[in-house]
Amino acid sequence: MLRNKIFTDPLMDNNPITRQVLGICSALAVTVKVELAIVMTLALTFVLTMSNTLVSIFRKQIPHNVRIIVQLTIIASLVVLADLMLKGFMYDVSKELSVFVALIITNCIVLGRADGFAMNNNVKDSFIDGFANSLGYGIILVLVAIFREFLGSGTIYGITIFPESLYANGYIDNGLMLLAPGAFIVLGLIIWVQRTVTGFVEE
Amino acid sequence: MPEFLEHYLSLAAKAIFIENILLAYFLGMCSFLGLSNKVETASGIGKAVIFVNTITVPLNWFIKNYLLDPGALTWTGIAAFANVDLRFLTFIAFIATIAAAVQLVEMVIDRFSPSLYNQLGIFLPLIAVNCAILGSSIFMQQRDYTFPEAVVFASSSGFGFYLAILTMSTIRYKLRYSKIPNGLKGLGITMILTGLLAIAFLSFSGINL
Repeated sequence: MLRNKIFTDPLMDNNPITRQVLGICSALAVTVKVELAIVMTLALTFVLTMSNTLVSIFRKQIPHNVRIIVQLTIIASLVVLADLMLKGFMYDVSKELSVFVALIITNCIVLGRADGFAMNNNVKDSFIDGFANSLGYGIILVLVAIFREFLGSGTIYGITIFPESLYANGYIDNGLMLLAPGAFIVLGLIIWVQRTVTGFVEE
Repeated sequence: MPEFLEHYLSLAAKAIFIENILLAYFLGMCSFLGLSNKVETASGIGKAVIFVNTITVPLNWFIKNYLLDPGALTWTGIAAFANVDLRFLTFIAFIATIAAAVQLVEMVIDRFSPSLYNQLGIFLPLIAVNCAILGSSIFMQQRDYTFPEAVVFASSSGFGFYLAILTMSTIRYKLRYSKIPNGLKGLGITMILTGLLAIAFLSFSGINL
């Protein structure tokens, strides 16, 4: 496959969330605020890029029947690293992300790419693939977060958008956006738009 | 009603309805979206989640209390271990336990109960990487449940997952005969319906047992 294609495919046509349907759990849970979504994307980028690279380096040594366990061990060790780094440098954010950093272990994107791509491709391609998939994931995550934070709390990345006078005249933030249903519905609509643009139809 | 029974009942109701692991915490979405096409498959994966969750969360409870927590190793009697804090290994230990338990369970039911294996067999390997399973174990750790609480929580959060995926599969069954815009087919409409389902489950949040 062409290098360019490996990089651009996951961004739009083969986006991990809207097209491959991987890693939806965290996409929904951490999108209450844009800041959380960005930090989560950074953590996932670290884990996914590193795990893809490591799995690809060891792909000839990993026996086929225990490959899932080996991959999980590599991923889990990387997640522990990411979690400790977040706790060390961004304690407040890591508190808000709670279990969802730990759940990168079972995030289907990471295992899916490790098993589906890194096991059969060379190190450089796997690195690019890991990075591009995290980016594709991040785009959707931040998009959902922008909508939810904007409609739910009237801010984007903590910056207030609406003037005070609007609230004085009776505008109320839509609290539903901050709850679970808001996440599902916003993501559903984004998927609709994305699939209309790319022309993909699921049967 | 005796007080302890009431406590467990309210814990179970909370895990099934109010804080449904799928609809409130978004855990297990991958299998929820992938396997809710057919009612039979949905019910199979749902049962497997209840089954595996009820085994792995108590197992991880032992791992947590006798291996990982600070001072957990005192039972060995070795003084040097008394202050060891292995909590940084939590994720690795939990996922390893889950993966091993799933393998073991698969072999045991294959040997002793072919009918159960036919029902759950193909779903078991998938479950090792289901966020709902690892999530339940981590919630158990964060909330510091006692052993009976862990058992009740594990089975009822599994049941919450079963309930959600079964509901969704029946809705999607009806959906086959509806006209849906092309881009919304499949994943899109499922997400929006899950949102509506989550709104329905929100109405339980006022209940206080």
